[in-house]
Amino acid sequence: MATITAPTPRTLPAILRNRAVAKLTLLALAAAILVPLANARWAGGAWPDALTVDVSDPLTKTSDWIIDNRDSHPLFLYFFGHVSNAVVVSVRAVYLLLLAAGWAGVTAFGALIAWRVAGVRLALGTAAAFLTCGLLGMWIPTMQTLALMVVAVLASVVVGALLGLAAGLSPRTDRALRPVLDTMQVLPAFAYLLPVVLVFGIGVPAAVLATVVYAAPPMARLTALGLRGADKEVLEAVESLGTTARQRLLTARIPLARKELLLGLNQTIMMALSMAVIASVIGGGGLGDRVYQALASVDVGAALAAGIPIVLIAVVLDRVTGAAGEQRSGDGRKTLWAYGAVAALVIALAARFAGRADWPDAWTVAIAEPVNRAVDWMTAHLYSGVPVIGGTADWAAHFTTWVLDPVRDGLQWLPWWSVLLIVAALAWLIGTWRTALTAVLAMAAIGVLGVWDSSLDTLSQVLAAVAVTLVLGFATGIAAARSDRVERLLRPVLDVFQTMPQFVYLIPVVALFGVGRAPAVAAAVVYALPAVVRITAQGLRQVDPAALESSNSLGATTWQQLRQVQLPLARPALLLALNQGVVLVLAVVIIGGLVGGGALGYDVVFGLAQGDLATGLVAGAAIVCLGLMLDRVTQPTERRAKKGA
Amino acid sequence: MRLRTTSAVAGVSALLLLTGCGAADMTKQASPFANAQGAKTVTLSVQSWVGAQANVAVAQYLLEHELGYRVDTVQIDEVPAWDALSQGRVDALLEDWGHPEEEQRYVADKKTIVNGGGLGVTGHIGWYVPTYFAKQHPDVTDWENLDKYASQLRTAESGGKGQLMDGSPSYVTNDKALVKNLKLNYQVVFAGSEAAQITQIKQFAKEKKPFLTYWYAPQWLFKKVPMTEVKLPAYKEGCDADPEKVACAYPHTPLQKYLNADFAKNGGKAARFLKNFKWTTEDQNEVSLMIADQKLSPEEAAKKWVDSHESTWRGWLSR
Repeated sequence: MATITAPTPRTLPAILRNRAVAKLTLLALAAAILVPLANARWAGGAWPDALTVDVSDPLTKTSDWIIDNRDSHPLFLYFFGHVSNAVVVSVRAVYLLLLAAGWAGVTAFGALIAWRVAGVRLALGTAAAFLTCGLLGMWIPTMQTLALMVVAVLASVVVGALLGLAAGLSPRTDRALRPVLDTMQVLPAFAYLLPVVLVFGIGVPAAVLATVVYAAPPMARLTALGLRGADKEVLEAVESLGTTARQRLLTARIPLARKELLLGLNQTIMMALSMAVIASVIGGGGLGDRVYQALASVDVGAALAAGIPIVLIAVVLDRVTGAAGEQRSGDGRKTLWAYGAVAALVIALAARFAGRADWPDAWTVAIAEPVNRAVDWMTAHLYSGVPVIGGTADWAAHFTTWVLDPVRDGLQWLPWWSVLLIVAALAWLIGTWRTALTAVLAMAAIGVLGVWDSSLDTLSQVLAAVAVTLVLGFATGIAAARSDRVERLLRPVLDVFQTMPQFVYLIPVVALFGVGRAPAVAAAVVYALPAVVRITAQGLRQVDPAALESSNSLGATTWQQLRQVQLPLARPALLLALNQGVVLVLAVVIIGGLVGGGALGYDVVFGLAQGDLATGLVAGAAIVCLGLMLDRVTQPTERRAKKGA
Repeated sequence: MRLRTTSAVAGVSALLLLTGCGAADMTKQASPFANAQGAKTVTLSVQSWVGAQANVAVAQYLLEHELGYRVDTVQIDEVPAWDALSQGRVDALLEDWGHPEEEQRYVADKKTIVNGGGLGVTGHIGWYVPTYFAKQHPDVTDWENLDKYASQLRTAESGGKGQLMDGSPSYVTNDKALVKNLKLNYQVVFAGSEAAQITQIKQFAKEKKPFLTYWYAPQWLFKKVPMTEVKLPAYKEGCDADPEKVACAYPHTPLQKYLNADFAKNGGKAARFLKNFKWTTEDQNEVSLMIADQKLSPEEAAKKWVDSHESTWRGWLSR
């Protein structure tokens, strides 16, 4: 993307500036007419009561109706009940299969698949990862999570591929589907657990279905992309052979889209894994549940013991599916496959007959205690009383009083129409009038739902967290882009932070920063940082080497080169980093409701905990609107422009 | 177009084939992880506080080691646990702090849940200050004097007012209404989870800082951080009927167990055992302290307690 904009670095800002001025003038004109009108009718800072709709009554009635009719109404007996049963039956089938294979069998088959798809190194890595899960005493929970994942990923892939197929073959479906998928991807998963729970109840079916909703969009998007991107000439050549539409699809378009399909699978798996943990809040079981239970007894060590297998599974699956996308495996090595399969089967049976199908209890390593000691030491020494710089508790208090409070109070003090104007101006400057309209409508919907104040509270936390994330992320990203060694060192760290379930670090964060909004912000920064660092580093590295060469020959210093060549040319990447940062931060600030973040996150937790659909769903909807607004306000024009095409 | 129709038809028929064509009863859906490999499984719900973990740990240990069951545990808050009980996703809820609405709906009307008897522990919610602070300022233990101390109890999160720290949103609380109706200069700050609240209390106690918190007994943390209850206007039957107008203390609640109705009838030894399960506040605290403070795994803590209290639990098995 950087190379496309490279030839016209001078003219682009000028055009943009002219256009920006025109847009702002138009907006100011509209405001001049509308604001006095609005102000005359509904003065004051917060959203006017007259413009809110109280949905709590109908929502409570709906929730009561569902609970009262769930055991008897045909809708549940003949539809949701079957869906739910199908999920239970399939998860159970996979789980029993995994248990039957035993730990030796699962490890051997896992390694076999990794070997055939991705080579010897990953096979060894896979085996090591499985054995580590056992060593940590997490074999059974790991198998439960795997069973859940297999079913959820399969369902997501089927749903996603069907949607993608429809979108890839028909432009009209594509246009209709795009905004839906866009929206689904910016939703924080936490927000839509409640409706799923209400219909399906606590437990595995709800967890699997929530995961499918969350993980199917990337598959759909990439499938569509792959089908549309197929080489025109190849397609024409195939057509000239007189094939039917279906033959063309099966023999040319789908094989040509293989890379995108596998990337979609990879993305889907990653999303499903992160959801598997969040779904523990609604009784998903498995590793996520262990992490969640450890959180309840303030046991970071135990949480880590359950978190590490999640990280390992994520890294292994990521690398294996990634490698599958890179290379094409031939069919000529079927015998090797057969030998491997037989070997794995022998291992599984051997372990079974040796009476060692279950992971032996004696073979576990207790990491919880040393980890807890380390965390205790850290918090005891850092929380307060560090000379000169003060303890982390002081920082948190200062951050709250000096940053979070002013931003929140400022946002809540602003007249409601001015907030809408600011949103409109920002979204329009960066996108089209449609972007602006979506953003303004999303923001207005928050007001209509009657959660204006707490949404602005959440927004203030997001803004503060994004600011911190960007400062740290850009700095680290620049360092990683300029030095290969830094990047190599950073890679595993980023991997861990990106895949480690957020619940694991919620407690250390409280121990360091106390209860309140500050720890929520801190957790959000930790989670969003890796993506920002990665995108920044990649964007800077992809800057046209020719541009760098020429600036070098002109005698530019490193700093000048960075400021005047690399950063401007990497602008699209930096904007994407901003966008991703905002979306990820929002997702965790919400979970911050569990550590005193308050606002919308608290309302969602409250709704889930008390089965209060009115509070939970309204807060969830507000989060969705907030996410939509933030996404539109930060979404680079380039992506928008492509969508029109 | 034809392709899409075919796939839709295929999808629907696959779903029908997979599930049969009859009605699916959503009240009979156990966890997919239950009863694997022919073992009899009991699924227990665990709530987020440590006392509930202690109940489950001991019940699980005895069910596994004395009665030969496999036990699955699922972490769920109280209210959703009622729903899960009614659907058969979990078999028992061992510690309920009083949910009259749910009781009416599930026990009286739908009859999908039955009362499993008392746990033997009486629960009480209240406002607490650390004892070291109460000793310095004895009059802080009456709500009428709380405003005097608001400035000392201020934090960054509470703005200009004193901080009253509440816990998880899943707990029974009237604190917002209480602060308003008693006209106190305090701000309720929700820690969001018990874990966050405990962590914060421990940090405060380490520095001997004053704090005011929503807390409850029985609780193992009292042994580590001694706390004194602040007297609120006395509780009278029905004074908390209108959640908006509450201006009195919390009641003392004998904690109850609840079982899924089917399980209670057909659950055999396990159901009988869970109905008999009844211990004291001290017992529960002993196990809780091992789990939360000494960081023993729930299983190890349960084993320790079981080894030293055989006379107590023998009775749960024999009857």
